Order: sequence, then C-alpha cells, then structure tokens
Amino acid sequence: MKAGRFGEYGGQYVPETLMNELYRLEEAYNAHKDNPSFVNELNDLLNNYAGRPSLLYYARRMSEELGGAKIYLKREDLNHTGSHKINNVLGQALLAKRMKKTRLIAETGAGQHGVATATAAALLDMECEIFMGKEDTERQSLNVYRMELLGAKVNAVTSGTMTLKDAVNETMREWASRTDDTHYCLGSVMGPHPFPMMVRDFQSVISLEAREQILKAENKLPAVVLACVGGGSNAIGTFYHFIPDKDVRLIGCEAAGLGVDTAMHAASVTKGEVGIFHGMKSYFCQDEYGQIAPVYSISAGLDYPGIGPEHAALFDSGRAEYVPVTDEEAVAAFEFLSKTEGIISAVESAHAIAYAQKIAPTLSKDASVIICLSGRGDKDVAAIARYRGIMVNE
Amino acid sequence: MSRIEKAFDNKKAFIGYVMGGDPNLEKTEEFIMRLIDAGTDLVEIGVPFSDPIAEGPVIQRANIRALAVNTRLKDLFGLVARLRLKTDTPFVFLTYLNPVFRYGYDRFFEKCAQSGVDGVIIPDLPFEEQEEVLELSKKRDVDLISLVAPTSQERIKKIAERASGFLYMVSSMGVTGLRREIKTDLAGMARLAKSVTDIPVAIGFGVHTPRQAKEMSEIADGVIIGSAIVKLIEEHGEKAGDILYNYAKNIKRSM
Repeated sequence: MKAGRFGEYGGQYVPETLMNELYRLEEAYNAHKDNPSFVNELNDLLNNYAGRPSLLYYARRMSEELGGAKIYLKREDLNHTGSHKINNVLGQALLAKRMKKTRLIAETGAGQHGVATATAAALLDMECEIFMGKEDTERQSLNVYRMELLGAKVNAVTSGTMTLKDAVNETMREWASRTDDTHYCLGSVMGPHPFPMMVRDFQSVISLEAREQILKAENKLPAVVLACVGGGSNAIGTFYHFIPDKDVRLIGCEAAGLGVDTAMHAASVTKGEVGIFHGMKSYFCQDEYGQIAPVYSISAGLDYPGIGPEHAALFDSGRAEYVPVTDEEAVAAFEFLSKTEGIISAVESAHAIAYAQKIAPTLSKDASVIICLSGRGDKDVAAIARYRGIMVNE
Repeated sequence: MSRIEKAFDNKKAFIGYVMGGDPNLEKTEEFIMRLIDAGTDLVEIGVPFSDPIAEGPVIQRANIRALAVNTRLKDLFGLVARLRLKTDTPFVFLTYLNPVFRYGYDRFFEKCAQSGVDGVIIPDLPFEEQEEVLELSKKRDVDLISLVAPTSQERIKKIAERASGFLYMVSSMGVTGLRREIKTDLAGMARLAKSVTDIPVAIGFGVHTPRQAKEMSEIADGVIIGSAIVKLIEEHGEKAGDILYNYAKNIKRSM
C-alpha cells in the first residue's frame, strides 16, 4: 500500500503549491510523534489542561430504559472546550509550534473545532484565523463571539453553500497563499495525507482509554462501539484500538437529515459515491457529473459531503458499518438522554445515541455498548428548541 | 509537430483562459474565436466545478455561472469538436479531477482525442498522483500539463522531466486572480525547468496587464491570462466579444 493510503482511499490530491508543505508536515510529525519531549508535553496538556482521561460512564437509567445491553458513554463532552476536538488541536498546535509556525488557521462547521483551535492558539500564544460558512456564523453566532474572545479572527465564508465544505475550500486557499508561518489545523480525519493519519492518531486516545476502561468495568470487550460520523474524527478515535478486536462491531452514525430518500441529508457512505475532493479519494455526496452535492443536517458538525478515507476503507472491508440517522431521530435521542441521564449532548453525538436506542434492546443484558459522547449540547439548545417550535433567546 | 508545439514555435505564446459555458455555450464559442482572431495562440477552457479550490473569487464566480446553465463535460467536448472545424489553435481543458473521475478516465481521454482537446490541466492532481491518469493520457496523445509553484523548489526538476505539452509555472502563492506585482524568482524557476526539459514554459496566475505580459514573456515561452479575461466576460456578459478581441490584441502586441 502507498503511504497515505487506506486501501484505494486517501492520497494527496492538492495543488502543487501545497505539496512541499505536506511533506514538511509529515516529516515533522514522524520526527516528533514518538519523541518523549513531544509526547510528555502533549500528555501534560491533555491531562492537566483538557481534563483527560475522560470518563467512561455507565448509563444505568438509559440501559434499564432500553432493556438490553449495558450502555457506557465515553464522555468527550467533559473535555475542556466541550468536545473531542481539543485532542487533535493540542497535538497539531504543539507540532506547529515545533515547526516554528506562528499562526494557526482552521475551518469550522458548528464552531467546536474553531473554538478548540482558538483555545490552543491562545494557550500557546499563536495567531489564529478561523474560516466558517456565513450560514454557520449566523446559526452559531455565540461560537463566533467565543472564538473572538479567545483572540481569533473569524472569517465568514460567502462562497458556495456557505457551510463547512466551503469553509474547508477557503482555508485551503488561504493555506496555499501562506505556508511559511502558517499551519492548517485541519479538524477531522480528512483532507490530504498526512492529515487523516495524524488526526486519527491524536484522536485514538479515546479508544486507548475506553478499551482499558471497559475491560476494567466489564472484564470483557463491548459488543458494539458507536460514534457519529461527519468527517469522522471522533468515530475513528473511538474505533481505532478496537479494530483488531474482530468481535466488536464498529458502527458509525451518519446524518440522514430529512431522510436518505430526500435530497436533504449528509449520508456520504449510505448515499454517496467514490470521488476525489478536498485532497482525498473517498465517498462523497455528489451528482452523476462529479459536482459535490449541497448537503444538509440539523447538526452543523455532520453537515459535510464526505467522509475520511480510513472510514471508506473500513466500510469496504466490512470491518465497520455505517448507518443513517435522521434529524428527527437525533432530536428525540437528544431529549431522551437529557431526561434519562441528565446529560445534554451535542446534536452530533445524539445521532449515535439514537442508533443505540435501536440496537441496545436487541442485545443481551450481559453485553455492553460504548457510545462516544463527542461533545456537549449547550450550543444546540436553541436550535433544538426551534426544531420543536419554541423560540428562546440565546 | 503537435498543435501545442506549434503554438510555441518561434514565438512567445499568449494563452487565454475562458470558462466553458460562461455565460453560455454559444457565447463561449464566439469568445474563443474572437480571442483566436486577436492572436491568442492557445486557449484553456475551464470545466466548471462546484468547489474550485485553486481559484480566486473571479473564476469561482465563473464556475457558478457555468454550472447555473448546466454546462457538462459532454457539452464542452461538443464545443471543441465544433471549434475544431474552424481552427487549428490548440485547446487545453482546465478541470478538477472529480468530474473527470466520474466521467471515467479512459472515456475522458478518448473523447479528448476525438473532439480535438490537445491537453489537460488538473490543478488537484500533483506529480505524486499523476499515475492515476498518466498512461491513459499518453495512450490518447493528450498532454497532461504539469504545474510548478513558487514552493516547488527541488520538485521542479522531477516535475519538469515528466511534463508534456508545456510546463505551467504558477507565478505566486495562493489562488488565481489579478496581482499588482509578482515577486517570485520566476527566471530562476524557468532556468531550473529548462535544465531538464525541452518543452516550453508558460507563466500564469496574476498576470493581467500588457506590461506584465511583456515582462513574463521575457522570462518564459508563454504567458497565461485567466482571471482578467473572465472578469471582462463577467462585466460585459454576452456583449464581451469586441472587448475581449481588443484586450487580447493589446496583450499579444506587448509580447
């Protein structure tokens, strides 16, 4: 297999202007990733700044309510900045620092990755610019102000559909114009090599902890591991150390929006086709002419027309399954978890909760299921209220 | 001698870019002929894509206009076939990879050869990924045009060695668009390329005035102008023909 490939997927389909920078990044990553001083510095930040290890919480009421497998929630929502995004951002920001970069740029959808990047930039005294679709800046205006509070400049992207994919386009354009002092802190396991590998490594701390935690709690491996998938960074992080455990089912939950039989979804595995975009070969929502399709989900974080290349390979090999979950199911799960466990999850993560509601009752009581609760839901409360026809002032 | 080779034969080539289907196919055909009548030596035809990540705002908007009138690859092959009846000027498609991938690589290069497309520029297909289409392009005698950028440095040699048609030298960092000045050491880049290849070198990105065209033509074998042409089409719409003719005439005269 070629470097940077997962089966036929992955690669480096980017303009020539960025190629040397990708090589420099890969080289720096390989030089530092196992270097004790880098590892110690990163672990120190993960533990003492971000709050790792995150809890693996046994959701007793939810398990009883569903009447099947025992449900465990991997509480990435309890990390500093409220999601798993910080795991990757701290890694990349430290690496960028060692590459003598003074400026971080990043795309963001819902704002979680933007907030995490702005946070790391503040902590490490780096300049920071975030690119966010104009539509998302309006949907998530609180996060825009949050990033500005952290010292970042937020650019509203007005090209294309004005959402996450356009924010990625614009960040790539910005990076192509300025690589000497700038690192593109990509937020998911997507884009050109080495990002899918590097981001996966930084996120794999989730399954490294979860595998140990479940063995301690249950003395055996879980039957199922669930995570929501947009680009797929929390999912790959949650799957990674379980991949060799063939009896553990790995299930990624895609955003089906208004339904996969409508045009309003972001289910790139269920409904997409193989294509080449944003630097990688993978599955994309696109039309028969290869134009990237506008996608939709209630969750701005899953509102992306593609999926990371490693997921595409895991899907093809049958090692992981990918299932669609609609807005309606996700919102119902969001409310269900709030009421049964007192946990308001991100609407992204609620897609995984929704699928757990379907699958847990079919499993025996001595089996267990791990769900990655990738983020907290404060940012979504107003949108959920609107979905239910209630107007609240943010 | 191929049509592309002829375009550079004993002269500095002026290469003009238009977006296929902007504002519509008939007008694209007319505009291309006016550019050729004014002395344009090679025409790049943009294949519209939803997410052109190497383009600045001007060409991004042209992509949107062309897609809005449903311009497809098959329409552009038809356009080139019609133009081929009228002219021997070489045509090069500038396309992102995904529309080609979905069309089918083999079928794409076969249609290029049949309709008279002489070369293809794919901005998101760098050297490392070229094997994706390299053999198929060779089989059909369609030049796969390679790009080198100010950041390419030591890569210039290996890229130039494999390059066919002409070498597209990107003048500046970033995306396509008008620039007031170009600071890259283009002469140095051109020398490096010339040390390993005999194919012509053309400079693009940011060039728009006759003065810049003159300067660039002193360094390289050809000058590529895209955004400035597209901007005239954006401003003057269906009536852009005469303006394009005069613009191309001025550029060509300066070189």
